[in-house]
Amino acid sequence: MSEANNNTIIIDGKEIPFTEGQTIMDAALAADIYIPHLCHRPGLKPHGSCKLCTVEVNGRSASACTLPAASGQEVSNNTEALTEVRKTITQMLFVEGNHFCPSCEKTGDCTLQAVAYHLDMLDGHFPQFYPKREVDASHESIVLDRDRCIMCELCVRASREVDGKDVFAITGRGVDAKLIVNSASGKLADTDITTDDLAAHICPVGAILIKEHGYETPIGRRTFDLHTIAEPGLEPVILRKGKHADEH
Amino acid sequence: MHSNNGPDNNAGSPAQQGGDNHLLHRLYELQQQFQHIPKQAISDLATELNLPISQVESVVDFYSFFHRTARGRYDILFSNCTSCGDMAMMHKLCERLSVTPGETRADGVVSIAETSCIGMCDQGPALLVNGRTLTHLTNRRLEQIAEQVDAGTPVADWPVEWFRVHDNVRKNGLLLSTGFEAGSGLLSAIHQGPEELLEEIVKSGLRGRGGAGFSTGMKWKFCRAATGDAHYVICNADEGEPGTFKDRILLNSHAHEVFEGMTLCGYIIGAQKGYLYLRGEYRYLLPELQAVLKRRHKAKLLGENILGQQGFNFDIEIIMGAGAYICGEESALIESMEQKRGIPRVLPPFPVTKGFLDQPTVVNNVETLAAAAQIAVHGSDWFKGHGSDKSAGSKILSISGDCTTPGAYEYAFGVSIQRILDDCGAEDVQAVQVGGPSGTLIAPDEFERKLGFEDLATGGSFMIYGKDSDLLAVVQNFAHFFAHESCGFCTPCRVGTTLLRNGLDKIVRGHGTQYDVDEMFRMATLVKRRSHCGLGQTAPNPILDALKRFPGIFESRLVNSEFEPHFDLDAALEEARQISHRDDAEAHLV
Repeated sequence: MSEANNNTIIIDGKEIPFTEGQTIMDAALAADIYIPHLCHRPGLKPHGSCKLCTVEVNGRSASACTLPAASGQEVSNNTEALTEVRKTITQMLFVEGNHFCPSCEKTGDCTLQAVAYHLDMLDGHFPQFYPKREVDASHESIVLDRDRCIMCELCVRASREVDGKDVFAITGRGVDAKLIVNSASGKLADTDITTDDLAAHICPVGAILIKEHGYETPIGRRTFDLHTIAEPGLEPVILRKGKHADEH
Repeated sequence: MHSNNGPDNNAGSPAQQGGDNHLLHRLYELQQQFQHIPKQAISDLATELNLPISQVESVVDFYSFFHRTARGRYDILFSNCTSCGDMAMMHKLCERLSVTPGETRADGVVSIAETSCIGMCDQGPALLVNGRTLTHLTNRRLEQIAEQVDAGTPVADWPVEWFRVHDNVRKNGLLLSTGFEAGSGLLSAIHQGPEELLEEIVKSGLRGRGGAGFSTGMKWKFCRAATGDAHYVICNADEGEPGTFKDRILLNSHAHEVFEGMTLCGYIIGAQKGYLYLRGEYRYLLPELQAVLKRRHKAKLLGENILGQQGFNFDIEIIMGAGAYICGEESALIESMEQKRGIPRVLPPFPVTKGFLDQPTVVNNVETLAAAAQIAVHGSDWFKGHGSDKSAGSKILSISGDCTTPGAYEYAFGVSIQRILDDCGAEDVQAVQVGGPSGTLIAPDEFERKLGFEDLATGGSFMIYGKDSDLLAVVQNFAHFFAHESCGFCTPCRVGTTLLRNGLDKIVRGHGTQYDVDEMFRMATLVKRRSHCGLGQTAPNPILDALKRFPGIFESRLVNSEFEPHFDLDAALEEARQISHRDDAEAHLV
């Protein structure tokens, strides 16, 4: 690694080292720099769909989670203009689904909500789409509430890449895209998902919830009551909060 | 290049690509047989093809020509393109046959809906009936169609002249006027050897004819240098840009050149397999294309040891699309070939190093490959002698809209817009959409601009709008098109194209304010800059161009207040009115 010293990128004026094969997001996370993201989770294949991690690399728009880091890159991340873009994208995610934070079990533990707070989002701004989406409560211990799905495909990838199953997929096109389940009946009960699966816990919003565990942690003591989303090394904390005391 | 779109190992075996067992082909058969894809058939097919049920399901839901609920035994789709569509005719036929647009009549006999441009812009209005193209619609023809439906006559027995598609070549240029003898390009290739021929292609200055304009020779060079278990050649015949139909003509009358271009490419990059991905709307071309492939086999222009050359093996299969504009994007096309939804991949790596089945792959436009075949015969100087500095050769334009002679026109690059308008008999022109909705909308003060990669690039679409056209309606049409065709992968395009569509609808309905225009501009800019692929990055072009060049078409429709809500209370009561079977004045707010 004699040339390791040369492997640096600049993020908001700060020189950041990277190793071959890292993306801009990998390098930023390793340097405790927060780039807002929803569809990215270290350990899973980068997706690049939510576009929250949009940065400007040498003046060009790019997704930090998919663009390989390369020497000479000057990355703008924490700028007023990009915060505005990310806030707008977050608002778009809110209005395309049906998100009622006060009545959602995930409130306070929800990454979408936390990102919205981080970006000073005060309302959905755009007219609501009010889509009609199906709830699947067929499984004995896991409920699928599609109203809250943001199409990040974390569950899709976690099931395939970590759990070694293939429980979830996205179907449809455009705004009609939706999360489906890989079984003949289309019901979660007819898949091999269990509460031990990462896919059952990885949902950043309240679309996939564990049954019979409502409001065990009171509001005020939830993940983002105690932490801000921009805190370094928060990923394990977020995931841990997704699990409950009697699970492992 | 990684797929965003399902497990990497579910592309199916290479043997399953093409041929009758390709998922898209099997689903087409089911759709024909049952007018929809039955639930049971999805699980059965998944088991048979060894694919996840969710993958089969997601493909069914992604492509416009597959349905989960039954369409009519006569499934009629009117093009909604500004050139080959006529929505008034659709509504007329709906009325005549008592069909609600988009729905199937209760007796299951007929369904009528709209579909994105079907590439008949020079001979519209046009429609697809059970996938077959019917052109030159008139009110009389609509009545005759209704009579055939009433009588229950199978579409196969409808008068054959209804389905005639003309080439309408109005102006021959470099490619269209030069004859081509099947095999002549291959003979020349074998004579020169792959390296020398590749240099000729590079030297010719040929650039991709799909619109993006990447150097064809360089693309082939990169692919040739890339290592892999196999190399592939793909001809992108998913000509979906509204207003484009030039590939239709090349495939109809110059198929040998196209196939020979593919074979030459295979010879150079070391591929033994090529695929032509044909848009579902051009299914009527399939039998003849397959016949040409057969003839080429017989003439030893395809297969093993081509023209007696030991080890020169190349074969071509045709894969049929099923109604998805996004599949014209090369990595989405590859995903579609791999039996998945057409979701554009993350680039880089590009297909030249990791394409079809993750192997080095060249994807070229139909016209590019036809030009390559001609260059192999006539040399790079012949080609470079035409066109401009940065845009060698010629371009075949698909001209439609307000002109006396729509059709295909071939020009050397560098020709002015005004010259083209004069040639096709266009007078009192208000605007021209160059390159289709994803291209550039220009006003008369720009008609001296030149066609070429250095000025106005185009994949071939050239739509003319006369002084009486409602330009705002045109922009609205395009906004609907992109919202319909967005694949849904990334947030800016998935949600943004719908917000833009809704914003325009509001203005067209007469409820827009300056605030709405400003919001639309802000959203259009975001979608253009932040979307994942070319679709989203170009989808806002018509709006942004119109705001810049024709601000008056918006301003004249705005209401004189600071804010009007999107929410329409009276419209929201519609469902209640339907449930209570009321439509009297008392049931309305206004």
